[in-house]
Amino acid sequence: MVKVNLSRRRLLVVGATVATASGALAAIHDGELGAPPQTVRGTVPWEEGAADAPREVAGIDFKFFTNEELVFIEAAIERLIPSDPVGPGALESGVAIFLDRQLLGPYGRGDHFFLGGPWPKGTPQQGYQSRFSPAQLYRAAIAAIDKHVAAKLGAPGFAKLDANAQDGLLKALAKNDLPLEGGVDGKTFFDMLLQNTKEGYFSDPIYGGNKGMGAWKMIGFPGAHYDYLEWVERHGEPVPYPPVGFKGRPGWREA
Amino acid sequence: MVTKLKAVDAVLVGFGWTGAILGQQLCDAGLNVLALERGPWRDTPTDFATGFAQDELRYMWRHHLFQNLADDTLTIRNNIRQEALPMRRMGSFLLGTGVGSGGVHWNGQIWRFLPSDFLTRSHNERRYGKKAVQDLTVQDWGVTYEELEPYYDQFDQLCGTSGKAGNLNGRIQPGGNPFEGARSKEYPNPPMKQTYGPTLFGEAAAKLGYHPFPHPTGNLSQPYVNPLGAQLGACTYCGFCEKFGCGNYSKASPQTTILPYLLLKPNFTLKTECEVLRVELSADRTRATGVTFVNSAGEEFFQPAEMVILSAYVLQNVRLLLLSGIGKPYDPTTGEGVVGKNYAYQTMSSVNVFFDDKIINPFIGAGALATVIDEFNGDNFDHSGKGFIGGAYIAGMVTGGRPIEMIYTPQGTPAWGMEWKHAAAKNYLRSFNLSIHGSSMSQRGNYLDLDPTYRDIHGRPMLRMTFDFPENDIGMSNFLTDRAAEVARAMNPREIKLNRRVGSWSVTPYQTTHNTGGAIMGTNPRESVINKYLQSWDVPNVFSMGAGAFPQNAGYNPTGTVAALAYQAAHAIISQYIKKPGPLVQE
Repeated sequence: MVKVNLSRRRLLVVGATVATASGALAAIHDGELGAPPQTVRGTVPWEEGAADAPREVAGIDFKFFTNEELVFIEAAIERLIPSDPVGPGALESGVAIFLDRQLLGPYGRGDHFFLGGPWPKGTPQQGYQSRFSPAQLYRAAIAAIDKHVAAKLGAPGFAKLDANAQDGLLKALAKNDLPLEGGVDGKTFFDMLLQNTKEGYFSDPIYGGNKGMGAWKMIGFPGAHYDYLEWVERHGEPVPYPPVGFKGRPGWREA
Repeated sequence: MVTKLKAVDAVLVGFGWTGAILGQQLCDAGLNVLALERGPWRDTPTDFATGFAQDELRYMWRHHLFQNLADDTLTIRNNIRQEALPMRRMGSFLLGTGVGSGGVHWNGQIWRFLPSDFLTRSHNERRYGKKAVQDLTVQDWGVTYEELEPYYDQFDQLCGTSGKAGNLNGRIQPGGNPFEGARSKEYPNPPMKQTYGPTLFGEAAAKLGYHPFPHPTGNLSQPYVNPLGAQLGACTYCGFCEKFGCGNYSKASPQTTILPYLLLKPNFTLKTECEVLRVELSADRTRATGVTFVNSAGEEFFQPAEMVILSAYVLQNVRLLLLSGIGKPYDPTTGEGVVGKNYAYQTMSSVNVFFDDKIINPFIGAGALATVIDEFNGDNFDHSGKGFIGGAYIAGMVTGGRPIEMIYTPQGTPAWGMEWKHAAAKNYLRSFNLSIHGSSMSQRGNYLDLDPTYRDIHGRPMLRMTFDFPENDIGMSNFLTDRAAEVARAMNPREIKLNRRVGSWSVTPYQTTHNTGGAIMGTNPRESVINKYLQSWDVPNVFSMGAGAFPQNAGYNPTGTVAALAYQAAHAIISQYIKKPGPLVQE
């Protein structure tokens, strides 16, 4: 029996021991990184302590973004989802740290993307056709946009523009009206940034965003409840449960 | 170096729904069966326990249970004049991998096709004339609904399908789908309870004179023990079904219905992280000798087998046929050849409905939680003068309220900024979606073949998909979307938003993982790859399961029909083939 700890997701296939004896199992597996082969006969595999639980984002210090990149990101996400009394903005929700950890990890490296060549441009219907991983695209795009701002708009960078000018630039990116240097497709970057910002805003707080489950409170989503059986036929009634995440909610713990 | 292994009676290539069904059936008949699965082992408590299964980011957006495109993807284009480029990121469809595969992260929508769906060419020609189908390459299936009925029922019993029959042995039943083919039995479990959105849809549809009924579902309405002794629990309506594994043993999957039984059988073996590279043929190419596979440690093996059963997803089965040289590849310029022919999909559109005064609570949902009307599916209505064949079911459906994916905002709302945020806050609890689940007819230019440029991690050519929506299907979808809009307006909402099927097929927005065709069934080897028992015309000890067999796709989710065809094939193998191996259908 191969004992596996919770860091097994980092395990690479090449270093793994292969368990092939009948009945033996090595439940080291991973949707992201592959696992050693195993043979199953006469048993239903299960292993103690091997649950594929997600990992919490730790820390508040930025590890992926440089200071210049962070200034750009904080300004941009606050335009994508601004703050007001109706609900939190992306910035105060922790979306910047969410993006930092996503780009530092498997997603940033292009996990589950195919990035092999050749790389012709393609039609809009053919979707993502960049050679860049998400992390590479963020770096290249932020630099290219700030360069464009400095050359054409007379400000040292995107973050120094006023809100209207920032919105105008984001709209130009979204419409692919902004030619950028460095092989960056502005619309591809904008679509990714907007999608990732909404992911950070609305995903479980363990990933660094959705601070205090504020985005869930704003819309009325109760979070990771798993049983609504008694509410199914209570048509039109507000469900009074406060939001709950994988770690529970503040009311569950003593202050 | 290739290691030669000990021969088995049957090798299953891929271990999702059809692999599990064939494994159980053939092992019960005493055969020695080996399943090769290219992905990992997966089980409920380890991989999607209730404590962390409801993770929209990880499962939906980070593709944690899906095929890793870095190892293998396909190339895509809309027509033969374009250069196909790799699908670098999944969107339109979400391919599975691992034990249970798409059967783990499906919605559990269990449908039977209409009797006329199996006669797409002859039925429509007879009723509307040859001109009605002249621009399409649609074919009859070579099997009838009546022949498949016992096997549809077998899958219902396995899953504990929850629903209400509309046609029991020819007698129309109140509360069910009056248009369905005759059932020999009532569903094994009663339908799910309906939440507010589907209930409003049903009331509005009834007001318009339609016959709404609860969607048949593999999300169980009550606890159930299936014929193999597997126990399933009642669904808790958590709203994390499609794209997610069920932590509650409430969704029918290979894991919840077959594996606890099959894995204990002494004549069954499963190997995971083992990818079949090709089917090996005898020198005269009339017989498969086995398969060559490579495991995740890079070791290569030859597995001899008396029978090779392709039980991977459509796209992999077709690719393995092409890579192994089984059957003549299809050529869209001449219409000759069969492998890769008649690739089809599903033609989806939707209508969002927004209320001021009604709290829908969309997060109370399940994969197949819907009230449906079937008046405009298949040939349930007169198509004379409409310019298209086929149709769709229209469903007031609430599968969940996952906020990254499923916030509906009114027409004209920007995708970001303060206006978007306010619209999200205002409408999330007070809106839901009508889904229009349309058929997909085959046409000459839509097909699958091997890509000339791009290769997978093993150095094999990728599959190349050439597809765009036929004019027939755009006409169908527009007509159906208008019908859905009428039901939506009859609910007296504040406003509605029509999301029509416009433009060419794009790989980016999610539509459905209902890819069909390419290894189609039929009555003769000139028009089809496999016979009605899913047996290769060219190499009779090779069988190809799955929706690749569909000559075109009907306006329903495919899994019920995929399973029925698999059970029928298993029955033919056990009752005829193993006694006298050879072609099961003489041409």
